[in-house]
Amino acid sequence: MKRTLLLSLALLAALPAMARELNIGYLDLADDPRYDATRLERRFQGQPWGRPLAGAEVAVEESSFAAEALGLTLKLETAEADDADGLGAALDGLLAHGARFVLVDLPAPALAQLAAATRGRGVTLINVGASADALRGAQCQPHLLHTAASESMLADALGQYLVSRKWRKVLALVGPLPADRERMDAFARSAKRYGLKIVAERPFKLSNDPRERDLGNIGLLTAGEDYDAVYIADSDGEFARDAQFRTVLPRPVVGSAGLVADIWQWGWERNGAPQLNNRFRKSAKREMSGADWAAWVAVKGVVEASLRVADGDDAAVLRYLRGGEIIIDGFKGARLSFRAWDGQLRQPVFLGYGNGVAASAPVDGFLHPTNTLDTLGADERDSTCKF
Amino acid sequence: MSFRRLTLATALAGVLAAPLVQAKDTGYIFVSSEKDNAVTVLDGKSYDVVKVIKTGKRARDMHFDAGHTRLYVVASDSGRVDVIDVAKLEVVDRIPVGEDPEMFALSADAGTLYVSSEEDSALTVVDAASKKIVRQIKVGGEPEGVLLTPDGKTAYVTSEVANMVSVVDVASGQSQAKIVVGNRPRRFALTPDGKELWVSNELGGSVSIVDTATHKVVATVKFEPKGFRADDVTPVGLTMSRDGKTVWVALGRANHVAAVDVAARKVSDYVLVGKRAWSVALDRSEARLFVANGLSDDVSVIDTATHKALRAIKTGRVPHTVAIDD
Repeated sequence: MKRTLLLSLALLAALPAMARELNIGYLDLADDPRYDATRLERRFQGQPWGRPLAGAEVAVEESSFAAEALGLTLKLETAEADDADGLGAALDGLLAHGARFVLVDLPAPALAQLAAATRGRGVTLINVGASADALRGAQCQPHLLHTAASESMLADALGQYLVSRKWRKVLALVGPLPADRERMDAFARSAKRYGLKIVAERPFKLSNDPRERDLGNIGLLTAGEDYDAVYIADSDGEFARDAQFRTVLPRPVVGSAGLVADIWQWGWERNGAPQLNNRFRKSAKREMSGADWAAWVAVKGVVEASLRVADGDDAAVLRYLRGGEIIIDGFKGARLSFRAWDGQLRQPVFLGYGNGVAASAPVDGFLHPTNTLDTLGADERDSTCKF
Repeated sequence: MSFRRLTLATALAGVLAAPLVQAKDTGYIFVSSEKDNAVTVLDGKSYDVVKVIKTGKRARDMHFDAGHTRLYVVASDSGRVDVIDVAKLEVVDRIPVGEDPEMFALSADAGTLYVSSEEDSALTVVDAASKKIVRQIKVGGEPEGVLLTPDGKTAYVTSEVANMVSVVDVASGQSQAKIVVGNRPRRFALTPDGKELWVSNELGGSVSIVDTATHKVVATVKFEPKGFRADDVTPVGLTMSRDGKTVWVALGRANHVAAVDVAARKVSDYVLVGKRAWSVALDRSEARLFVANGLSDDVSVIDTATHKALRAIKTGRVPHTVAIDD
């Protein structure tokens, strides 16, 4: 373990003997390829622009005033495992320090494994970095919450927007990675849900090899069909980035570049978002991305539950956090809470581009019997999660 | 000559003829506009534009001094309060108040400003004469509403991030209490006897009623305008009638204002207004309620007797606050 419990932020001065402590854990992987320096420099849309720990730190800082007033000492304990095998021990270290709520930023397979191994151990894991639908479905766990959006939620947000613009005919390009396939499948489900027509689905490959020109050449890939938009499922990001403005027909690129569904966009100017962006920028020296917001809101949710539950018993805090009564302020204008059926945070999703936001989903007019936020992603009746 | 010109000419003539005579009861309606860096002045009867007064950047909260000779306007992105001479309809002074001010209260003698400073998470106390910041009192993240009690001894400040109201003793600059209210608390109204503090909770979709003696929330008023869900109800502005019987609450995205019976703590009526109804103001006779609609760039005028919307007045972009000189 390279950096175990190195950083322990005790933000509050000593309080009277009555003071309660709230230790929030943060667990990630040292060699996570998503944080490769050259990758981060490219600032791909819809991808993290740095470790989301930065978001958790801002949340702890901004929660300290309220916590202090109510005699609650907030601490953020971090642990980083060298590899997936070290995650169990790293989590044990956090538990030994009293963390009962642990933010986890891990690739989906590692998270699924960790969650399965820690059920019933009195810890609640909050997923801030993995969008895989399976984590909310077959692999769901009663002690696993998600502030990161699922692929289905992101796809539904985009689907709603395309329908609202009447851009119904979509050419789909899908990459070679398993995550690309998952993303494509989520979009295909949304397309069906909202009546979009996928005129063709074509595989692409990041390649300049003339022998596989039909896979790598955006001109060839976007020829021969009529469409309103080009949807690209590219979890890596490079191909999608470079496809913009190179399509045969002058049509927008959506999905993994161009118009991208994400849970935060620093260009959003309403609901107090500019204040949060300012705080984050000052603290992290970069713009806030969706992953940062996921970590930020995870801490905000745990603190909100801890402040509203007067007796402070861990189980009671968890019940309140997961119950429908909580109002988590995500600076997106809506009241956020966790879905009872799969532990997913219900939240608006932005349809963003470079420095702005075209719309916030649920898009006006998409209705739901109880909460319009539940038009995004797996609703209760669609959910395959069984706790 | 149109009525508008006539009004302007009359106003100008008044200024030229007797520059020392103070304007009184001009009937003018002042509307600050967040995106135009300006305050629009409307005629109180015709609602025609009399003048657009350029201010600092992002004009927001406004208050008159006791004699209505001057109107103080926060220019949030310029870090100052501009002072408009009500007779001249010109900015005649500028008071720096620190970074990112949002709302403020003015002492009875207009000598002191109590400003919520988002950037510093503080209530900033500014001496108007010397233009110096006297002190800053920490009140939690993103402070917004500021209410000074009529005796000038206590200031209440909301923190949108902490979900709390700070009770500040003005003389000592100490925070005496912090009261947990609903989510994203914004603004205040105080009953005439000073016993109940009403706090709007934008995200909570409610108004918390605080007992000012015990600092406890004694009741919560919820809103259910027809055709809107709980999530659409985002109350921000509120104002109390002088007799303390009615509170008017703007319900934000629910596009309504609610009339609340103070004694019963129950909504008595809802009136449909413009998009994202935000700030509210009553005229002196309390016959008309003005509602700034942030997303439809207009101000709704409500007849408080019939609860009917009389008309919508086009204003600058993103109207923030309405102040009436009558």
